[in-house]
Amino acid sequence: MKTYRAMVLVSGDSQSMERGAQQVYAKLEEEIAAFGLQDEISLSMVIDIGRHDATPLVIVYPDAVIYGPIAPENVHTLVDEHLYKGRIAAGLQAPLKEMTGRIAWLSARKGTLPAEQRIVLERAGLIDPESVEDYIINDGYQALGKVLAEMTPADVIAELEKSGLRGRGGAGFPTGLKWKFVAKTTADQKYVICNADESEPGTFKDRLILEGDPHSIIEAMTIAGYAVGASEGYIYIRGEYSLAQERMHRAILKAQEMGFLGEHIFETDFNFKIHIHSGAGAYICGEETALIESIEGKPGVPRSRPPFPTTNGLWGKPTLVNNVETLANVPAIIRHGASWYHSFGTPSSPGTKVYTMLGNINVTGVVEVPMGITLREIITIYAKGMKKGSSFKLAQTGGSSGSVIPTSLQDTPMDFDSFGKAGVALGSGALLICDEDTCVVDLARVLVNFFRVESCGKCGPCRIGSQRAYEILTSITEGQGTLKDLDTLLELSSNMAIMSNCGLGQTAGTPMADILKYFRAEVEAHIRLKVCPAGVCTMKPHLHIEKVFEPTGTIAKQ
Amino acid sequence: MTVATVDGQVVLEAVKKAVKEHGATIDELIPILNDVNRALGYLPAQALEEISRQLRVPKSQLFAVSSFYSMFSTKPRGRHIIQFCESAPCHVVGGRQVWQSLLDILDLESGETSSDGKWTLVTTSCLGVCGVGPVFIIDDDIYGNVAPGQVAEILARYS
Repeated sequence: MKTYRAMVLVSGDSQSMERGAQQVYAKLEEEIAAFGLQDEISLSMVIDIGRHDATPLVIVYPDAVIYGPIAPENVHTLVDEHLYKGRIAAGLQAPLKEMTGRIAWLSARKGTLPAEQRIVLERAGLIDPESVEDYIINDGYQALGKVLAEMTPADVIAELEKSGLRGRGGAGFPTGLKWKFVAKTTADQKYVICNADESEPGTFKDRLILEGDPHSIIEAMTIAGYAVGASEGYIYIRGEYSLAQERMHRAILKAQEMGFLGEHIFETDFNFKIHIHSGAGAYICGEETALIESIEGKPGVPRSRPPFPTTNGLWGKPTLVNNVETLANVPAIIRHGASWYHSFGTPSSPGTKVYTMLGNINVTGVVEVPMGITLREIITIYAKGMKKGSSFKLAQTGGSSGSVIPTSLQDTPMDFDSFGKAGVALGSGALLICDEDTCVVDLARVLVNFFRVESCGKCGPCRIGSQRAYEILTSITEGQGTLKDLDTLLELSSNMAIMSNCGLGQTAGTPMADILKYFRAEVEAHIRLKVCPAGVCTMKPHLHIEKVFEPTGTIAKQ
Repeated sequence: MTVATVDGQVVLEAVKKAVKEHGATIDELIPILNDVNRALGYLPAQALEEISRQLRVPKSQLFAVSSFYSMFSTKPRGRHIIQFCESAPCHVVGGRQVWQSLLDILDLESGETSSDGKWTLVTTSCLGVCGVGPVFIIDDDIYGNVAPGQVAEILARYS
């Protein structure tokens, strides 16, 4: 691999692209060549860098100087001053503010922050996602080559089972076992689906993988296709992620051109092709059977299970559905072996987990750390503590279907089993960290509202339960609640968990059960004293007329 | 007030282009609807009928799908669509104040279109840019770390 004196990164998120990042990139290329530096300087377009106040950004390493906003006409000065003369180009630096987690991890490379353990985000942000060559230089498609040349499908699955990898979409189902279920079915056609319908509130880890390292998903899906005997795959990307869709589309074309996809991959008899399928704004399509319905051109309404997709999935054929983060682990496991993977994390949940840190903390953004790290460690080390003047009250994990974690559980190791024993859920890896200015009733109301809006309406417990819970929680925030309401909430929560058809309804009641378990006094203060201890709720009836039945997009005030 | 409904020929062109791009198979239905919705701003009944004919899918299914997904609209909308994220991560970092400021300035309720046909205001679930909340999107432009005081200035950028 070639070594360079300096590395120049141009931000390639959608906002930067709109503001001319492409032109800045072209101009940089031209200027670097004009100074004859093309062999010493590496230039790449990277994903969302995490600050949007001064885009497009240009970052120069190893000095880690951030310039922005940069217009094509600034490029000459920048190259002349910084890259040619070796001093900081005065006046072009981005203002020192709004540092987010992703900037923070870039500086982690300089040893100023505690290091992370990166497996799935190993390349994201460091390679040019549009360049298959960059991916190949950084060990890309090695695992696929190894699988096709040296391993039988059964070997691949055995290795995966030995690694102990568990699904990262939230449920934590052993991945190797799922692959085995699909592999042992016999059918003329099987499918592999990558679930990239990431819509858990607060979660954007999959977007970073798709935008920053699209080829890793292609490689993993192809390996999965070989292991389970499928020749076709779908990536279901949520409709809002247009940049991820474009990048993935171009990556697929490139992989086909290089012979990593299509017919006779690596000159073997194995064929595999991948389609991209865009979502259209429905959280429920993250549920695997709803996702399959959606690909089949129907409303995303979950099917009744069993039968499971592993035997009766897309078009009734055996189908493997895996989350983006789960798949992104696969090439690394194949390359380094199962025992290497076991050296990270805890014995029952090996490997790493990507967390998105949000809320009232100093550094928001994404970290990838070994399984089993505690919430306290995340807050104090990676999030650099709570915001000045605030203290930790609770964290909400895994987006809306996660749990509320009170202070008493902040030293519980974050892995599937430890969290399960403590009665809370790890979910999709969002960590919404709230301070004492957050009202638990108001928070639960917002979370339940999300499910009320996103419920597909197929089964009664979820459709009616989430509506009723929302009404009760709203009346409590308006000072109209009664103590009996609290019993009703608990009853709703347990009924929804037992009787709903899919994961959405089953977990929709968790937030209200959690706040009553850990913060009952605060909830009761709303009812007994008509006071919101956090000072958030209005505590008076709202003069609004709910337009529940009015479809969106109506034209008002004619 | 007038929100322009789209001319028949334009509708057929948009459908033709989308079907050609994705192919006339049922598994491409949602990508096709996405393209048409994007091109026309909404899904007119005529477009749904044409897609139904070309893909040989029952009209009932077309109408079921187009009313199920939140990115599709079966009614004309304003020239600019403001999507405000109402999920918890944006909510706890000041989203409520930003939402109030949007309501005050636009004098609209969620789901409504302004009488001059300029704005449609909708709330949406998480947009996946939670690191910079509170967030709203106008058309394709994402605004993050929004403070209530900035809303008027941001809206003034659109004509």
